[in-house]
Amino acid sequence: MAEAWLDLMQILASTLRLSAPLIFCAMAGLFSERAGVVDIGLEGKLLMGAFAAAAAASATGSPWLGLFAAIAAGMALALVHAFACVTHRGDQIVSGVAINILASGLTVVLGIAMFSQGGQTPPLSRPERFGDITLPFTETFADIPYFGPFYAELLSGQNLLVYLAILAVPITGFVLFSTTFGLRLRAVGEAPEAVDSAGYSVAWLRYRAVLIAGLLCGIGGAYLSIAHGGGFVREMSAGRGYIALAALIFGKWKPVPTLFACLLFGVLESTASRLSGVDLPVIGEIPVEVILVAPYVLTVILLAGFFGRAIPPRALSIPYVKER
Amino acid sequence: MSAPPAISLRGISKRFGAVQANDAVDLDVAEGTIHGIIGENGAGKSTLVSILSGHYGADAGEIALFGESVKLASSADAIARGIGMVHQHFMLVPNFTVLENLQLGFAKTRLLKAGRKDLLARIAAISSAYGLEVDPFAVVERLPVGLQQRVEIVKALIGGGRILILDEPTGVLTPDETDRLFESLGVLKAKGVTILLITHKLREVMAVTDNVSVMRRGKMVAHRQTAQTNREELAELMVGRAVRPVRNVSPSANGEVVLQVERLSVRDETGAERLREVSFDLRAGEILGVAGVAGNGQSELLAMLAGLMPPAAGTVRIGAREIGAASPSDPAEMRALGLAHVPEDRRREGLVLPFAMRENAVLGYLDEARARRPWMIDRTRMTGRCQALMDTFDVRPANPALRAAGFSGGNQQKLVLAREHGASPRILLVGQPTRGVDVGAIEFIHRQLLALREAGCAIILVSVELDEILALSDRIMAMNGGRIVGIVDAAEADRQSVGLMMAGVAHPLPTGTAEPVYRDEAIL
Repeated sequence: MAEAWLDLMQILASTLRLSAPLIFCAMAGLFSERAGVVDIGLEGKLLMGAFAAAAAASATGSPWLGLFAAIAAGMALALVHAFACVTHRGDQIVSGVAINILASGLTVVLGIAMFSQGGQTPPLSRPERFGDITLPFTETFADIPYFGPFYAELLSGQNLLVYLAILAVPITGFVLFSTTFGLRLRAVGEAPEAVDSAGYSVAWLRYRAVLIAGLLCGIGGAYLSIAHGGGFVREMSAGRGYIALAALIFGKWKPVPTLFACLLFGVLESTASRLSGVDLPVIGEIPVEVILVAPYVLTVILLAGFFGRAIPPRALSIPYVKER
Repeated sequence: MSAPPAISLRGISKRFGAVQANDAVDLDVAEGTIHGIIGENGAGKSTLVSILSGHYGADAGEIALFGESVKLASSADAIARGIGMVHQHFMLVPNFTVLENLQLGFAKTRLLKAGRKDLLARIAAISSAYGLEVDPFAVVERLPVGLQQRVEIVKALIGGGRILILDEPTGVLTPDETDRLFESLGVLKAKGVTILLITHKLREVMAVTDNVSVMRRGKMVAHRQTAQTNREELAELMVGRAVRPVRNVSPSANGEVVLQVERLSVRDETGAERLREVSFDLRAGEILGVAGVAGNGQSELLAMLAGLMPPAAGTVRIGAREIGAASPSDPAEMRALGLAHVPEDRRREGLVLPFAMRENAVLGYLDEARARRPWMIDRTRMTGRCQALMDTFDVRPANPALRAAGFSGGNQQKLVLAREHGASPRILLVGQPTRGVDVGAIEFIHRQLLALREAGCAIILVSVELDEILALSDRIMAMNGGRIVGIVDAAEADRQSVGLMMAGVAHPLPTGTAEPVYRDEAIL
């Protein structure tokens, strides 16, 4: 029993670690899309953030400078997106896809130019990364049944950015739903003309929302390359930006349901890696391909509307033009 | 003569591309009055008030408020100067509460919670001072349109509104809601608020304004004191020529029955009964006007008769064909039976806006445009047909290649009517034929409907404009809650009696009888 509990705690801990980048990206998407700007470029900003973090950390030896570089990279791409979609009222999907393609190519080109390792950065060692934080009293609680493993495996021993990801959810909720800025941001995604006639700039609100999205994606990228992983590998975002977008839609553009959607995708990924090669009773050995494909199949099923229709923000994807 | 005018405009000009929307417009509005601005669609009324509300900057001209020269560079500027604007299309976030919509513009604190109490108190103060009750916690989209508009008025006043601008405020309101709006405007005026009312409805101008200014093609053409003018003069000033309201005066043809509706019921997708046991006959050569506040089953009646909704019970008989729950129809069959349909919402149901007019001209009548091969469209014939329709119905500009979206409401409606007219229908269903249509075009459309009637076509006319129903109908059928309250000869009907029937009061007694008799009481 105790062993099963320990297993469970380990699965949950790995779920948390695998969900963290999804959470950053989904909260990023939440800001952008609630303001009416579709963000399919989460993937690209995540990848760019990952590269910038690893490159900066490798060059300076400081994970903090890596994080800072990742945020700057994410926001720079966000600025491009906002310039194209808000200032020039371009198509938001096209701009997002362009950002993804740009990030995919640019990271490899810069990587080869800077490090000559086939697009990778050199592996990062401990001081260049965000290490796991062991909370106090881990030793003290170790002998307490159930709570001990819970504390040691799940609560303690995560890196800083995992805690930050979890914290990002209530912060996002607070900003969007308890501040005047958040109210206006949501209004701009529903009825921008109402915001305009109230005397507030639609463009400036959307710029801020998209930039916040860039910031969060940047942190997510830093998590991939200098916290969870130890260095940048080409295409290391591996579709997480898209999964986050799916989680956002499945979570109906609300922070807490979106968090749970992210965790659901995380749990699939973590059980998948544990199940591969394991001989299960009745079913037998599950082919690893089936397990790997599970999150994507789930995405399709969820998005096909099996769980109730999600109503997107009304002005989503529509550039704001003063009428006549 | 001492107080400067609340609003003083001098030489306001604004150009959009080739269109001179406002051409050296002058206007003075005295403080504490209701001032009407009338004009046809495209006369420049909306542009003028958009300049006054800071939405656009004028190319030239001076604006002075209460004697002080001002620059209005943005909406925020105008709000700060006490100008509150109620737009034709509400500037509200539909899924926010009333309070959230007001916080949008007027929250002064970073946290919503901090300024909440203060704002609630201001809402309550406005509500009680002007008799504008609103529930701050109601979600806007669940409120009736009249109340949504009230929220807009409260919003305009909360900004410190000394000047209230209303752009076509009654277009979306029921007659009852309109009356209540005008009562509120009276209260506001008594409290010293200056009101600018933009409209194209002469009745409203005559009913509530103190002064009226008329615009035509971007110019201000006349200023009048309301008490010293009349509808005829204003109509003439608006259109630039004499307008004679069209009336149906010739006796009814009393033709054969072409459509028989018996105990017809219709349910919507949610299963709610929208039409309850409706029975009536329609004769060739008559116009049956269907009066009712929007949403009382008229739309469903039209949709059912056009073959768009199946009957839940009862029958509709056209010639030998009997349509019932077991034998529903479809639009193509109804057309084959000689029925044509001018839908209520021409922009969504009558036209495909991004299509060229020539394509719109053959929608539903593709046989007319087909070439020798049944799967091909003959573009020359299609264009020719559209050109012919445009010429006979005076659609301007008469260019079949232009997109439908670029035409004015009146010209769009004329094309839809022309298309359906071209099929030489025996029965014509017409929904809201003059909604958002200019006075000149209204006159034209009314004449065409009467001409069709003379030619023996049976017409069902659904309209929320009671004046239109009264002017054109042979018989008037009033609906309430999906039922027919009564059918009366138009000759015996007036605004009051039909209005009572629309409210659900059956069989109004001849004039002179004091109390209306309610159906249930009448049985006793």
